[in-house]
Amino acid sequence: MQEAKNQPGFTDQSLIRNFCIIAHIDHGKSTVADRILQLSGIVPKREMHDRFLDRMDIEQERGITIKSQAVRLPWVKDGVEYTLGMIDTPGHVDFTYEVSRALEACEGAVLLVDATQGIEAQTLSNLYMALEDDLTIIPVLNKIDLPSAEPDKHAEEIANLIGCSTDEVLRVSGKTGEGIRELVDRIVDRIPAPKGDPKAPARALIFDSVYDSYRGIVTYIRMVDGELKERQKIRMMGRGTVHDPIELGVISPDMTPTKALGAGEVGYVITGVKDVSQSKVGDTVTTEANPAKEPLPGYQDPQPMVYSGLFPIDNAQFPELRDALDKLKLNDAALVYEPETSVALGFGFRCGFLGLLHMEIVTERLSREFGMDLIATAPNVTYQVTMEDGSEHTVTNPSEFPDGKVRQILEPVVSADIITPKEFIGPVMELCQDHRGQMGTMEYLSPERVEMHYRMPLAEIVFDFFDQLKSRTKGYASLDYQPDGTQSADLVKVDILIQGEKIDAFSAIVHKDKAYAYGVMMTKKLRKLIPRQQFEIPIQAAIGSRIIARETISALRKDVLAKCYGGDITRKRKLLEKQKAGKKRMKMLGHVEVPQEAFIAALSTGQAQDRDTKDKIRAAAKKEG
Amino acid sequence: MGSYQVYIHVPFCMRRCGYCDFNTYTARDLGGGASREHYADLAIQEMRMVRDWQTSRGLIEPPVSTIFFGGGTPTILPAQDLVRMVEAVADLWGLSPEAEITTEANPDTVDRAYLEQLLRGGINRVSFGMQSAVPSVLATLDRTHTPANVTTDVAAAKDLGLRASVDLIYGTPGERLEDWRTSLQAALDLGVDHVSAYALTLEPTTKMGRAVRRGQLPAPDDDDEATKYEMADDMLSQAGLYWYEISNWARPGQESRHNLGYWHNVDWAGIGPGAHSHYRALEGQDTGMALVEEAQKSEPIPSVSPGFRATGKAAAQEADPGARWWLSPEPGLEERHARAIRSWDIAHPRDWAAAMDDGRVPWQDAELLGWRQDLEETVMLALRLPEGLGLDRLTRLAGRPVDPKILKDLVDQGLLLPVGDRIQVTRRGRLLNDLVIDQVLEAVGIR
Repeated sequence: MQEAKNQPGFTDQSLIRNFCIIAHIDHGKSTVADRILQLSGIVPKREMHDRFLDRMDIEQERGITIKSQAVRLPWVKDGVEYTLGMIDTPGHVDFTYEVSRALEACEGAVLLVDATQGIEAQTLSNLYMALEDDLTIIPVLNKIDLPSAEPDKHAEEIANLIGCSTDEVLRVSGKTGEGIRELVDRIVDRIPAPKGDPKAPARALIFDSVYDSYRGIVTYIRMVDGELKERQKIRMMGRGTVHDPIELGVISPDMTPTKALGAGEVGYVITGVKDVSQSKVGDTVTTEANPAKEPLPGYQDPQPMVYSGLFPIDNAQFPELRDALDKLKLNDAALVYEPETSVALGFGFRCGFLGLLHMEIVTERLSREFGMDLIATAPNVTYQVTMEDGSEHTVTNPSEFPDGKVRQILEPVVSADIITPKEFIGPVMELCQDHRGQMGTMEYLSPERVEMHYRMPLAEIVFDFFDQLKSRTKGYASLDYQPDGTQSADLVKVDILIQGEKIDAFSAIVHKDKAYAYGVMMTKKLRKLIPRQQFEIPIQAAIGSRIIARETISALRKDVLAKCYGGDITRKRKLLEKQKAGKKRMKMLGHVEVPQEAFIAALSTGQAQDRDTKDKIRAAAKKEG
Repeated sequence: MGSYQVYIHVPFCMRRCGYCDFNTYTARDLGGGASREHYADLAIQEMRMVRDWQTSRGLIEPPVSTIFFGGGTPTILPAQDLVRMVEAVADLWGLSPEAEITTEANPDTVDRAYLEQLLRGGINRVSFGMQSAVPSVLATLDRTHTPANVTTDVAAAKDLGLRASVDLIYGTPGERLEDWRTSLQAALDLGVDHVSAYALTLEPTTKMGRAVRRGQLPAPDDDDEATKYEMADDMLSQAGLYWYEISNWARPGQESRHNLGYWHNVDWAGIGPGAHSHYRALEGQDTGMALVEEAQKSEPIPSVSPGFRATGKAAAQEADPGARWWLSPEPGLEERHARAIRSWDIAHPRDWAAAMDDGRVPWQDAELLGWRQDLEETVMLALRLPEGLGLDRLTRLAGRPVDPKILKDLVDQGLLLPVGDRIQVTRRGRLLNDLVIDQVLEAVGIR
């Protein structure tokens, strides 16, 4: 194990290399990062658990990286000790903005591609972002130990994309460690050292911020100019607030306090402030004594694309939900929320997300890290509705959809890039057409793989598009999309009525052609999910006052246990008590008892369509002509 | 109120029926002396021990008003064994002069001579497990008797002057409405004065439960059972048998007094493996807790299953030393004492016998019924009966007024009928009895 000699705060910029790794999910980024940590000697082998950098449970379980982490590690080459700042980045389409944050803190990027799969759409768009930022790219093929690896083919693909020779594409295996040493040596050779001004007033970019229940807010910073010293008052330039830092430090690989952080270094600062709004990602940190004049460019906050209502199953948990969202918001600028009231679900928050995965991850973190029991309503995009009377409405929630005559509805559109092996071109085209996609161009990345360009309504993508894309291409296709304006569309609001009462949580804004499908699917789902009660329960779907689908839950006629003698009484009483306890988890919609599970299941996006459902949709559509 | 009755469980059968999850065994000898041959002796031993325990606790019961032999198949034992057990009850507790003494009987285990012996020994009522008059239905139920057995047995019983009842089951997989009508008509044609009709309840652990789960048999259907219940109620009441409990119909005066005792929540001693006992005579005393503690403190029997040991549910429930078990969680109520205790015997005959060998009342465990449990049970049981529940009694038991709105809803939905100061279930309320019970409890604040 090497001893690190370059001390934080006293490391010459020429010895520093800051880089990140751009890769698609499952292309082995975390394994490669772990391997680098291990070779650097800062993680003893026995403590090396897989994916050291992915700290959140969900990340470990799903095998994806959500929040970037920044590790400082030593690396000796030709007798010189260098200091590397390795910033981990997420790979999923929803987290593009976090990638962009990581890129801002680096001078170079490792482009890591699975040698069995080739480059994916998301990686490509991150690569373009890195190129735009003038980052030095080091192309690498991973998983060369696998028999199905085709390094030659994919090296050519990459070489074509970034304009290098195929020889420059490194070949490594995170699993066996092969080629990793060469990769880090290449990082030291190729990636430029930071070029900040060490003499200037301090300027550090906040590129991440997390809440730790013991330590308060931990703010990750990349020093650009000057230096920060412990016990020196700092100023957040954007916020205009001043703090006494409790601790400065670096992650190596655990939090290690230091006396100072110098230009070019990556580290963290803890102010002890628990108010989450005090530490905004993208803000510039300077010193109170000698403040910088201009802040760093910072980031643009990403715009939420998808909205959903989050409601605590136990409404008493509402304040806890607010608190939990505040804490998540700290390092998740894309998360926006405001209080919402639903007749069916009570008090909750309307939340904006970057996409479906983002939504899933937020709800999962709320449940795991904060113990929240939640119901999420169906995801919704933002519509601009213009009425005949000229009034305009922004609708992120079906319940905001105005009554009356609509002149025009604008929906958000994205340009979508799909990379797929060529044998799936047909199925992909069919899928995109089903989702109202308009085809643009199509390019061959290599003889086997194509990139297809579509313009599609965002609403079509947020529902189940990605799952279907994966299933129709045996998992081979990848998707990336960017906002691309709006378009006018023929949309309607479908309401669901239980026993004649509109249930706001189940309303949806859908394209006219899909209204029947939604109505039939939802009424059928609810018929199965709501237990029979002592009266008949009609479940209807309606557009305005027009009923487009109907199911009926027949009345329950018998519930009584036939026998009740001496030996049955205890059992029967306990059963009764259990039923009473179960009822507490029921929501009353009018007279109808609906189990919480029914809301959750009805609002889940799975849309398996059996034959009966398809027949009913066809019949409903036909009847309406 | 104030009656005392004895239930005697006989846990033996010739074979186990596919739908049955009762505590019964087909082996003649279950080890540890628990054999059919010695069963009557063991049961009598338990009666003595229970009687001793009662005496030691100062628990004085009136003479026994009813005895009921249930099973299993009580008539698998020699008639003399049943008679000996009746005599033992009479010796130990006394028997009221007009006591009702019933045995269940499997139609293919009795004949006229057997019934005659029972009659001479004081047994005056026989409940035959007829189940169905349709051979295919009997086959699905694994019953070995034929409809002809039942006709002969009932005729013999009536001829001897025994009161006779038949049990029927509806909703057996594959049973058509016509089959059920046939069975009901056959029961009426027998001229019995009492019929019990039970919806088949599928227990997942039984052979039939497994067959349904595997899709080899169709699952019983609630709607079908509801239709069959209504058919039974129509046909039986037209024949002059009125319903006096959800699943029981009788000519006036021919009701099972023993079973009515359960629904009126009286005291009874349960004798035999798995049998439950219930004592309200403890009301107002602190002896209940002491008795549970003392039974639980005794050492468990090594090598055999629990006996009455401290890991029982009641023990866990009462383990909190600061909790005075009879206190209601809500202040303001006067009745603070456990109203009753319910205990249940060890289920396996071998371990049951071993516990007695060890000198102990062979209870598996017991629970104390506080005001809440007692209220729940009172409501749950009373609403099975046509006379229903008096609102003054309900208010007194609950210690709070009844929410009239909830009751009105039940009346509006055709589930309850207000009759004077009582609430009574309608036929629909019988079928949706669980719902009615739940709402009536809700009306007195039990949520």
